[in-house]
Formats: sequence, C-alpha cells, structure tokens
Amino acid sequence: MDRQAYVEEVMDHYKNPRNKGKLEHADFCAHDTNPLCGDEISICAKVKAGKLQEIKFDGHGCAICIASSSMLMEKAAGKKLTAALKIKREDVLSNFGEISPVRTKCALLSLKVLKLGICGFLGKNAPPE
Amino acid sequence: MGAKINAAKVRKDFPIFSRERKLAYLDNAATTQKPKCVIDAEKNFYESTNANVHRGLYRISERATEMYEGAHGKTASFIGARGMQEIVFTRNATESLNVVAGSIGKGLKSGDEVVLTLMEHHSNIVPWQQLQRKGVKLRYVGFGKDGKLDYGELGEIVSKKTKVVSFVHASNVMGSINDAKEICKIAHENGAIAVVDGAQSVPHMKVDVQKMDCDFLAFSSHKMLGPMGIGVLYGKEEMLLEMEPFLYGGDMIKSVGKFEASWNALPWKFEAGTPNVAGAIGLAAAISYLEGIGIENVRRHEREITKYALQKLSEIHGLSIYGSKNAQDRLGVVSFNVDGLHPHDVAALLDEEGIAIRAGHACAQPLLAQLGVNAVCRASFYVYNTKEEVDRLCRAIEKTKHILA
Repeated sequence: MDRQAYVEEVMDHYKNPRNKGKLEHADFCAHDTNPLCGDEISICAKVKAGKLQEIKFDGHGCAICIASSSMLMEKAAGKKLTAALKIKREDVLSNFGEISPVRTKCALLSLKVLKLGICGFLGKNAPPE
Repeated sequence: MGAKINAAKVRKDFPIFSRERKLAYLDNAATTQKPKCVIDAEKNFYESTNANVHRGLYRISERATEMYEGAHGKTASFIGARGMQEIVFTRNATESLNVVAGSIGKGLKSGDEVVLTLMEHHSNIVPWQQLQRKGVKLRYVGFGKDGKLDYGELGEIVSKKTKVVSFVHASNVMGSINDAKEICKIAHENGAIAVVDGAQSVPHMKVDVQKMDCDFLAFSSHKMLGPMGIGVLYGKEEMLLEMEPFLYGGDMIKSVGKFEASWNALPWKFEAGTPNVAGAIGLAAAISYLEGIGIENVRRHEREITKYALQKLSEIHGLSIYGSKNAQDRLGVVSFNVDGLHPHDVAALLDEEGIAIRAGHACAQPLLAQLGVNAVCRASFYVYNTKEEVDRLCRAIEKTKHILA
C-alpha cells in the first residue's frame, strides 16, 4: 500500500527538499498543476552548452509530489537537455516502491513540468504524458 | 420515535463490514455502503423479474413496471412530494441538476441572472456556467467564518433580474445546513425558480419538499445506502409540465410522426430510454431501510458523533476545522487541515490504519478558494459509524503528524 511510498529516502527529500526555491535569470520556466489535489510545481533552469547548468523547483504539494520534485532536480542537474528529455516515468516511480494510481500523478507532476519547460525552450512539442 | 441507533447492530446489515473488519468508513459524503437488503433487491430483480418496463404485455414485464413505478411512489412519499408524477429518475444528482439547468436554461436570455452560493458542489456550478454563453449572468452569495450563508447578501443579490436561485441544502465540505425554506421564499418573492441540491441533506435529515416549497430538488441514491447509477429529480408538477424534455427518445413520447412527436405524461416525459429499473428498486429498498431506522434517528445519531468528533478533533494541536463548531448547525461532515501536512499524505497514512477519509478539493473549488486552501481532509458519518471510530481517527492523525513532521 501507500505506506511503502513513504520510505526513509522519500521522507528525507520531503523534509529537506534539494534545489527548492526561486532561480533568477532563468532561461526557461515551466509550471503545471495537478487539478485533483491542487498540487502546483514550477521548474526554472539556466542552460549552458545544451546542459541544465542550474535547475530549481518551487511550489506546494504532498510529500510524494515534493519528494519526487527534489529527487528529479538531483537527477536532472548537469544533464544535457536531450538526455533530460529521456528520463522515464519508471525512473521516477522506482523511488517510491509501490504507489497507487492516484498518487502516481503526484509523483510524476515534476517530470511533466520539466519536459514541458525543456520542450518549450527547444521549440518542440511536449511529449505525451 | 427517539430510538437510539445501535451502530454495532446496524453494521451487521452491511456485508462489507464483515469482509473489511478493520474498516472505519468515514467517506459517506462521497458514497455510502449498502445494506444487504439493497443488494438483494437488485439481485432479486435480475433473477426473478427482469424485463423492460412500460412495454411488455406479459407477467414479468408488468411486475417490473409495477415495481419501477412503485419506486417512484416510495421516493415521492419519502420527501413529501404530491405523487410519483413529480419524481424523475436520473443517473445521479449531477444529472438531475443538468436536466434543470439545461431545460430551464432554454428559456433564459441575456441579462437574466442565476444566483448560486459559494458553497456549491461543482455539479451545481458547471451546468449553470454553460448558460453564460447566451449572456446569462451568474452571481454568488458568500458565507461567513462560521460556515453560515450570508443571508444579508442573499437579500441584496436576489432581484427581479433573478430567474433561478440554485443552492446546496447542506454543504459537502462544512456540513452547514442552509435555511432552504427561507431561501426558496426569497427566490419566489422575486419571481425566481428555487432549485435545491439535496445530495447531502436528503440522506441525513427529514426533507419535505412541500414545507420547503422548492421548485426542484436533486439527490442521489448512492449517498443514502442505495445503488449507484440512480438519482432523483423532484419537480413541482406545474414546473415539469411546462418544462421542455432534456433527453429525447423512447419511452418519453406519446406518439411520433416522421417530423414531430408529442410527449408522454409525467414523469416519463423526462425519462428517455430504458431506465435503471434495478437501481430504482434498490433505491426503494434503501428508503424502506432508512424509514425502518427513522430519519430523525439518523440525524440524532450523526449529530452525536459529529459533536464528539468536533470536540476530539479540536483537541489535536495544529488542526483546524472549517465551518461551525456547533453540531446543531451542521450535518455529519467535518473538514479539517493539519498545519504543514498535505491532506493527501494524511489520507494515505490514515488508510494504513484502515480509516477511509476524503482528501482533496471535494468538488467544491470555489468554496475552498473562499476558505483559502487547495485541499482539505474530510470525515463524514452515517448510521453505522461509532464514537470509537472517531477515537481511531484522532489517534491515527496524531501518528501521521509524527511520521510527517
């Protein structure tokens, strides 16, 4: 059940989120919400030589949403934009062990926002969810 | 009258509780559990009487028709309607409200106003929003910190321009019970139609449409121990006679030519196509079950549990409750938030303890915006809930605080 989602590492990212806050002079920012629960995540990044030189998220949401955003920041920082676009749902969900379909949306919101931002920056269409 | 409900005994009538022994089901505002008699009523219909209604000239069809019409009659007397001609079966309260908004909406024009409250469920907002395309103006009446509707504002907003006042009888978030009789009176004094969303009130308290003097009342079977997929639209006979049908097709017609048709008698004029006969029979069984307990006793039982819950929850540090702190003013719906905790996390961890509550916007985003929150935790009670379950809820919230803090 969902309790499995609240493992130690997840709780650590929830209580001490990495790369959270505002990023000045960002090259792109993207934002989306999860209408079901009102979770709201925005991600801003600075791009240098095709790489995510600096990346931060901000917003509010449940533990799963915040922790997944924090973990995604760690994963994406320094990556090439094209490589970041290849981060898969499974790469994010694997951090949570078992997770119910409803909470999957919470976990994947930040990934959706990141891809939205990168695609916007590259002038591409965002990939389907 | 005045018999105390023995929840432990009531629970025995609900098969789900013998399977889910640990379950504290506190999401009754979303849907309720079903007693065996309701499940059996549906099952028996399919096993012994299944046939289409209003068509067959054979025994089981006649019996099905009789039972289906009987369910209309039963529902009519439960809410004090004049007869089954005033009871239209729909899929749910949402569909009932869509029928009213869609049908009344046909007669509205630019500049006409529809008055709603900020307490509405989305089902009593979105259908009316669609009328804005033809220039109809929506206006909202607010509420105070105590969850009480602002009757002063209501008096100011309702005017001769108002064609419809559509309002929730009891809030699905704060549990506030609105003075439906007074609101209907204000609507009528201004020549407006009064529409009541009774989805939360009808299952939990005595509702009498003639005393209330509403023009329409919408509610759902599944929130009152009945099956899903059947809802009710009560309409005053003279209103329904005047109103255009909402759906067209079989069963709702008297005769059909190549280019025109005439409508069947009430309530069938509003029930196009093969209806949910089994659902209607299940609803009738649920009403019989509730009548066996006594709706006043239901209300008293829930008031006691709500009083206890309000007291126990307010003892939890950092927990805030929305709406009135007085159980007298509300139904058994208690929404709250715990400082720093997201409702989804609270609900997920309560589930670990076998406690089912709702978390989210409860389909009432304008209400939550007014409260200044994105989401709430909501516990809602019914005939089978106990004070022990409230104790379990409170202990589990403390545990959740500990895990997430």
